[in-house]
Amino acid sequence: MSLAQRVGKNGIGWLLPALVIAGWEAASRAGVMPASVLPAPSAVAEAFWRLTLSGELIRNIGVSTARALAGFAVGGSIGFALGLANGLSTLSRGLTDTTLQMIRNIPHLALIPLVILWFGIDEEAKLFLVALGVFFPIYVNTLLGIQSVDPQLVEMGRVYGMDRSALFFRVILPGALPAIFVGLRYALGIMWLTLIVAETISASSGLGYMAMQAREFLLIDVVVLSILIYALLGKLADSLARLLERLSLGWHPAFQNG
Amino acid sequence: MTAASLTAARSFVATPGRPIGSVEGRRAFAFRHAGKRFGDKTVLDGIDLDVPAGQFLAVIGKSGCGKSTLLRLLAGLDRPTSGSLTFGVEEEGYSRTRFMFQEPRLLPWASVVENVEVGLTGIAIGTEARHRALDILGEVGLADRADEWPSVLSGGQKQRVALARALVGHPQILALDEPLGALDALTRIEMQQLLERIWIAQKFTAVLVTHDVAEAVALADRVVVISEGRIALDLDIPVERPRRRGSVELARLEGKILDRLFG
Ligand SMILES: Nc1ncnc2c1ncn2[C@@H]1O[C@H](COP(=O)(O)OP(=O)(O)OP(=O)(O)O)[C@@H](O)[C@H]1O
Ligand SMILES: [Mg+2]
Repeated sequence: MSLAQRVGKNGIGWLLPALVIAGWEAASRAGVMPASVLPAPSAVAEAFWRLTLSGELIRNIGVSTARALAGFAVGGSIGFALGLANGLSTLSRGLTDTTLQMIRNIPHLALIPLVILWFGIDEEAKLFLVALGVFFPIYVNTLLGIQSVDPQLVEMGRVYGMDRSALFFRVILPGALPAIFVGLRYALGIMWLTLIVAETISASSGLGYMAMQAREFLLIDVVVLSILIYALLGKLADSLARLLERLSLGWHPAFQNG
Repeated sequence: MTAASLTAARSFVATPGRPIGSVEGRRAFAFRHAGKRFGDKTVLDGIDLDVPAGQFLAVIGKSGCGKSTLLRLLAGLDRPTSGSLTFGVEEEGYSRTRFMFQEPRLLPWASVVENVEVGLTGIAIGTEARHRALDILGEVGLADRADEWPSVLSGGQKQRVALARALVGHPQILALDEPLGALDALTRIEMQQLLERIWIAQKFTAVLVTHDVAEAVALADRVVVISEGRIALDLDIPVERPRRRGSVELARLEGKILDRLFG
């Protein structure tokens, strides 16, 4: 594929958003769309500039990102560890899997009232909710990945004298990796979703808080800006995960010639 | 003595018809009244089989008669439930028994040469392993594919990589469980010739399980037929190498085996 074709292929995806924004701006200027319903893109851009200059935007993005990553690190690593343990040991799976599957059926956002009672609106509340939301996709997909590793390959590894650690790092983990990535990308989506909800309901900083503050002062441009930034952060996280996926799954036919 | 009567233990005999020199008299392995039960199902029931080092043995039998089970015992993947399996004195036993499966079983996330290096687990690492792996890849004619992913290879090429992986550690015994079963007829003959060539060069003991009687008589020094958990026929193939496929002599031996299988 030539460079021009590549740019064309990626560029075409941005054509529709660009048209929508242009139409939206035109509608606002013509007065068809009142600013109290949806401010013009130029107004949103202005809000972006204003908040960037005051440092408020960067600070809130920083706070939200730190929360998201902390919750992800806690929930993700526990989910990954339990997924590995339950994939590798029938004893561990027998002990914990039924319990976990039961808990999984509770939507984690349903716990918000309880979480507020426990933690108030402190950082722990957000961390707990994000960690819980992230935990299950990572756990379920890690477990699934390990269980779906081809037993014939594992037997081959044994016949060729691999010890437990070689078997794990050379056969089982790489075999489980595609499923683990599915879990990772899903978990990143849940991570932002949970954070938005948690910050909107109870927070004193962060993007969600910024949006709620703006609503009270009827700053619709800031509300729309917050929503757009959430979308961009979500897209960024997903793109990073995809890049990581492409780098580590180069052997997979689905990622060749790409 | 007639070949068909040789169901009991054999003593060491030099393999007739083997032109290259060697390892006569040493024993590769011996099954003594070996049996294998799964639950209350008896699969193997009193196998007596004494195989001298360097012999090319083919094992034939109807589906489900226990051929794979016999190979799994030989490779140490299972233990006999009765009787015994002993290896020749100088052998290191299981660690030097290599197994080639019906499927290539290559690691999709490792390059061709890394897959071959799996055969050197616990034997060599680093640059030495890389050199040995590249050498054997050259022997199976895939030196130029060393850095590719297995998924881009054809079925026959994958099986050649699997053969290279099995051979790179210089096994004393190579157990092959229908390794060519899934290949097309032409690729199959090519692989048979490759296998024979490398066997002559490396002088390992080969135990080939196959459904293909023509393949067995073309390659093996000796063919055993397994039926009802026992060795029902033990036949030497005293034909000079290189062998001509479809020769009268091979056809006669083939007929004898087919008679025993379906007679
Ligand atoms: N792990 C096991 N548990 C229970 N039964 C088994 C097991 N492995 C093999 N068997 C049984 O042992 C018998 C022989 O199996 P085996 O795989 O050795 O046959 P085979 O001769 O290799 O057949 P094929 O030519 O179809 O590969 C079969 O009836 C099979 O069901
Ligand atoms: Mg079999």
